[in-house]
Amino acid sequence: MLINKTADILASEITPKEIYHQRRRFLQQAAAIAAAGATAGLLPYSSEAGQKITNVKKSPLSTADRLTSYKDITSYNNFYEFGTDKSDPARYAKNFRASPWTVSVEGEIKKPAKYQIEDLLKHFPLEERIYRLRCVEAWSMVVPWVGFALRDLIRRVEPNSRAKYVEFITLHDSEQMPGQKPGLFGAGLDWPYVEGLRLDEAMHPLTILAVGLYGELMPNQNGAPIRLVVPWKYGFKSIKSIVKIRFVEKQPLTTWFRSNPREYGFYSNVNPTVDHPRWSQASERRIGEDTLFSPKRKTLMFNGYADQVASLYTGMDLKKYF
Amino acid sequence: MLSPAIHKLIKPAIFVVALVPLAWIIYRTVNNDLGANPIETLNRYTGDWVLRFLMITLAVTPLRKLTGWNGLLRYRRMLGLFAFFYVCLHFLSYAWLDQNFVLTDIIKDVIKRPYITVGFASFLMLIPLAVTSTNAMVRRLGAKRWQTLHRLVYAIGIGGVVHFLWLVKSDIREPLVYAIILTLLLGYRFWTRVHSSQNTVASGTVP
Ligand code: HEM
Repeated sequence: MLINKTADILASEITPKEIYHQRRRFLQQAAAIAAAGATAGLLPYSSEAGQKITNVKKSPLSTADRLTSYKDITSYNNFYEFGTDKSDPARYAKNFRASPWTVSVEGEIKKPAKYQIEDLLKHFPLEERIYRLRCVEAWSMVVPWVGFALRDLIRRVEPNSRAKYVEFITLHDSEQMPGQKPGLFGAGLDWPYVEGLRLDEAMHPLTILAVGLYGELMPNQNGAPIRLVVPWKYGFKSIKSIVKIRFVEKQPLTTWFRSNPREYGFYSNVNPTVDHPRWSQASERRIGEDTLFSPKRKTLMFNGYADQVASLYTGMDLKKYF
Repeated sequence: MLSPAIHKLIKPAIFVVALVPLAWIIYRTVNNDLGANPIETLNRYTGDWVLRFLMITLAVTPLRKLTGWNGLLRYRRMLGLFAFFYVCLHFLSYAWLDQNFVLTDIIKDVIKRPYITVGFASFLMLIPLAVTSTNAMVRRLGAKRWQTLHRLVYAIGIGGVVHFLWLVKSDIREPLVYAIILTLLLGYRFWTRVHSSQNTVASGTVP
């Protein structure tokens, strides 16, 4: 991999100029660390959010929508492990240790393995994927993720015929994640956070494991060091800070579904025609773009990815399987 | 307890203090400091202050009885009117900024979403209370009827808390704090009523 000490071409192209210059610092390069693996692991891996990632390819799957600012993406987060207020993750994830980090891949596969995060960065070609992110709370962003296709990993571990679903699990460590402390009612969710996809959804080329955004390693509050991104589903499906990926036969019992099955379905595909009991899903507010007085924009079926993903659900009643 | 001169000062002081939340959010708005989702910020901020002023208003009677400071009663009307003032802003932030005055969407929301139904009902109930808050209206209605009407504020308080409880996704801690405060405030009234009626029965007085 290339070690690039000057401005990274890709990042400068996708980052609004002011922000880019403001954050331009001398950073250790993630790629350098990945390369350290090649030199027999002589250099310690010390990933830190904000380190620049080099050698990232652009992707034709990216949207041309205007990017949401780095500031909004990293200060307005739903990550209940760090608190239920949108500003909590940025505040309480500061000292989160995203390194060293191991992702255990197990279950109905021929090659179970424990991957160090730097191995994942090394094994798989990283791409920039600019995706719309639609939250179930009727707001949306456009995020320039850096990651690799989940299917690259899936092919490597070789699922057997019993693998029908993929289950993802977030780190469970209440010392580091204060929102997981079992106080009075807590955040009202059971920990650790669990998400899941059908195997064909997981194999879809749009589905990625993201390790960064805006050309840098993943900020802690966005799910460092590695998270799922499934752009045609509501944001909570895109589970953060993953420690375990398990291939299973039965549909996983996912966290929000367990907390309120009437409101949060397993599929949770973005669908303007199926309302959440609390929010109309017909329209949304694009963070950072609309003024106080502009109307909401119409929400698109499958968040605008219908051409690519609608075929996954042919014949399914999406009102029943919401 | 306090000299009339001080009373004269307290009233405008409360008035000014009650406008500080408004001044603060205007300041943040003009300075572009409402965060990533300004409309949500405005809506939640005003909603919080509606509930706070409702609780403060409901606290006047228990405080008056517990401290014996009857002068407190003079500020109750103004505090209640501030609850009404902030609910108007709260509703406006919803109907205007969030819904762009699209009436069909607003009606659908009010019918379909229980937390909005309850919030809207509380808002509607506050209107007659605000309208009948003047001295002239008290006289026209008669103290007794006026008082009966203004007991609606208990339902409004409960509605406000239920509205909050139903709108949170999973973390009910904050609405629960309001629920506890409201239980204390209404519980105090219930408790004193039961006791005074027991005393009445015990002493054998006929009303
Ligand atoms: C007495 C009447 C009301 C009270 C006490 C009240 C209070 C509140 C409170 C405390 C919140 C939560 C703020 C927070 O999250 O920090 C809130 C949110 C909200 N209220 Fe009200 N409210 C009232 C009436 C209304 C009415 C009439 C409407 C609309 C018709 C309304 C619509 C909303 C909406 C849309 C939210 C935000 C929900 C969200 O962000 O998901 N409220 N209100």
